[in-house]
Amino acid sequence: MKIREKIIEGGLAFSALITVLTTIGIIWVLLSQSLVFFKDVSIVEFLTNPEWTPLFTNKNYGILSLLSGTILTSSIAIAVALPIGLTIAIYLSEYAPKGFRTYVKPMLEILAAVPTVVYGFFALTIVTPYLKTIFPEIAPFNALSAGIVMGIMIIPMISSLSEDALFAVPKTLRDASYGMGSTRYQTAFKVLVPAASSGIIVSIILAISRAIGETMIVAIAAGQQPNMTMNPLETVETITAYIVQVSLGDVPHGSIEYRTIFAAGLTLFIFTFILNNISFYIRRKYQERYE
Amino acid sequence: MNNSQINQIKDKAFQYFGIFCTLIGIVLLVIFIGSILIDGLGRIDWNFLTSLPSRKAEKAGILTAWSGSLWIFGLTAIFAIPLGVSAGVYLEEYGKKNWFSNLLEINISNLAGVPSVIYGILGLEIFVRTFKFGGSLLAGSFTLALLILPIIIVATREAVKAVPHSIREAAYGMGASKWQTTYTQVLPAAGGGISTGIILALSRAIGETAPLIIIGALAYVPFVPTSPLDEFTVLPMQIFNWTSRPDHAFVVNAAAGIILLLGITFLLNGIAVYFRNKWQKKVKW
Amino acid sequence: MENTSQKNINNEDQSMSQDTTEKSKVILESKKANVYYGDMHAIKNVNIKMRENSVTAFIGPSGCGKSTFLRTFNRMNDYIDIFRKEGEFYINGKEIYQKDVKVEELRKTVGMVFQKPNPFPKSIYENVAFGLRIQGIKNKSVLDEAVEKSLKQAAIWDEVKDNLKKSALALSGGQQQRICIARALAVEPKVLLMDEPASALDPISTAKIEELIYQLKENYTIVIVTHNMQQAGRVSDRTAFFYIGELIEFGKTKNIFTNPKEELTERYITGRFG
Repeated sequence: MKIREKIIEGGLAFSALITVLTTIGIIWVLLSQSLVFFKDVSIVEFLTNPEWTPLFTNKNYGILSLLSGTILTSSIAIAVALPIGLTIAIYLSEYAPKGFRTYVKPMLEILAAVPTVVYGFFALTIVTPYLKTIFPEIAPFNALSAGIVMGIMIIPMISSLSEDALFAVPKTLRDASYGMGSTRYQTAFKVLVPAASSGIIVSIILAISRAIGETMIVAIAAGQQPNMTMNPLETVETITAYIVQVSLGDVPHGSIEYRTIFAAGLTLFIFTFILNNISFYIRRKYQERYE
Repeated sequence: MNNSQINQIKDKAFQYFGIFCTLIGIVLLVIFIGSILIDGLGRIDWNFLTSLPSRKAEKAGILTAWSGSLWIFGLTAIFAIPLGVSAGVYLEEYGKKNWFSNLLEINISNLAGVPSVIYGILGLEIFVRTFKFGGSLLAGSFTLALLILPIIIVATREAVKAVPHSIREAAYGMGASKWQTTYTQVLPAAGGGISTGIILALSRAIGETAPLIIIGALAYVPFVPTSPLDEFTVLPMQIFNWTSRPDHAFVVNAAAGIILLLGITFLLNGIAVYFRNKWQKKVKW
Repeated sequence: MENTSQKNINNEDQSMSQDTTEKSKVILESKKANVYYGDMHAIKNVNIKMRENSVTAFIGPSGCGKSTFLRTFNRMNDYIDIFRKEGEFYINGKEIYQKDVKVEELRKTVGMVFQKPNPFPKSIYENVAFGLRIQGIKNKSVLDEAVEKSLKQAAIWDEVKDNLKKSALALSGGQQQRICIARALAVEPKVLLMDEPASALDPISTAKIEELIYQLKENYTIVIVTHNMQQAGRVSDRTAFFYIGELIEFGKTKNIFTNPKEELTERYITGRFG
């Protein structure tokens, strides 16, 4: 009996260990292949060359032009999702009737459940043609359309985590504020949002991390042409879109072109890793404060 | 106009802005889906569902894509569910509060935030190359299983945590061992929450495209897979392929494929919500 | 029901007749007040008048409705979905549930102090200045003056005057509660509603709050909910005894405690209850 218990516990522990092996696997794969890559390409070139053309005859390996595409599309997405998501969170927690809230929340979650390839299709076939009526000079593949649609996708991420944070603000603070004659608007912005700021920041960081790692929307709608620009009407390529582009092509295994996806992947991983960890520590800190 | 009136106006204005923001995303989605239905609904017929892919848009069907998705769904579920639930149970019921459990927790929170392309790169090196599965269903479903593992683990932990301690004490009091208590009392009580998490996770797996592109799933597969080691395509891959073609007829195909994919996604999410509500109503601790 | 209302009115009359000397005007008044939470009838046909610059204590066993009743006077129950009221509530002769009454304006006239000290996670200064800031007052010297005056009125100025920038959360519970009182006073309300303001505090802090209430009476009309009989005896001029939503007896505190008219009141005050 004792032995059976031990074996079961061992099996369960092994399952948990798989997650650690996954992380080790990711880091190992990215690092080992990137190290080989950086034998051929200096890190200085990787970080400073303004061109990224590994698939051309005249090869350049400057990650900045992919990074700028990632930053541009993510910034647009956050510019869309943050004001809308935060407003939704405040509206649902302070203004909305209870019944409305129970219906709207699952509907918002649907926005996050739609597969990203579908959003990419929306961006390319609906949003871009519409934007063209406003900006006739817009490129067929552009950062703006992909960014806006990505923003719509991450609205529920910001709204739901921020609402949780607002909800966790002790009721006594609401009483105090309303008791002083504050309107709901004043209570929300002068008392609740400051008190829930850590939770709201966590939601924003996670949304940024999600936007940086998003692939299909940008691969379909933003284009596949590295471009160091901050003009949202132009075609750009993100790190993730580049990885997809190489995978779709016929790049021989073991070549330097093949290894670029690991160097690009490593760059992406470092960014999301840092963001995720910051959010984890903020979350843990403020959870302790309220518990 | 005094300050108090200004404050009243701000308050009201924000209320309307709030309603607007809450509805804008949903309204846009409805518009998107509406336009897709107009584009693609007419294209869905028996032929479309049962035909192999083709270079001619009018002849192309979606048979290999949906059968590939079905395979991926089944295999991913087989790998991910036992692993995810076991890991979740271990962390919540067995794990002691020490540096190792702390590390596991940080690690899982991190994995949940790793972009799906990175999982694709991992799958490419480990399953496709090292294990030599090639661009097969097996490599694809292993990769997706790792991708959704954190979702299942987190859902399992939440559900197990919500089971009141008194139930465990009752079982221990009867002389049940730890595993007997977990298996006969805790897991059934947490079943609703775990099922909800599993279905949401699988719904995510069904919609994934990027990791499968990276491990080398093909857009053009002229046969229905019959074994886990066969090459494959899935619905999102097929949609992506059709979307990236300039010919409008393929865009119509993509829209038709999207209707199918969204149908599956919403169905799964609906089931998950149903489970969650049923579970919440039945069990009031 | 018919009986009850009769009884309440009688109480009212008696207490009136006993203080013919007091001519100060009625600030708070309810007429045939009924409050419901869903199906629960929380306040039953209560008629009461409270006069300017007096302290009224609401006493009664838990769940008797005294806090609910207190909160109807600055409409803090409005946000509870299942709350419903009948009858009339007057502040300074104005019915406060009428359409043209802005609840935010009302609450500036009727300040409230809560059971648990609830300072905002901001500095002491910003806590006290909050009410003026939400009215749009930005002038530094006006704010400074109001903050100092309110902190002095709340008898905490000497303890905090050198650390006004410090977080209010860093203070002790008793100090926090006095900050909350100062915060309520800063907007110069007419009435101060206190919902068991000392129940979460130690005896020394409680004594300070009680002394403060006594001083504040000079300028404010105070209503305090308490389950502490001695406290009601020490701080209030009049006492209202509630039981299961009914106002059983209302009169001068001295009379209620020494010579209650109703048997229920006597049993409660002497601790022979339940």
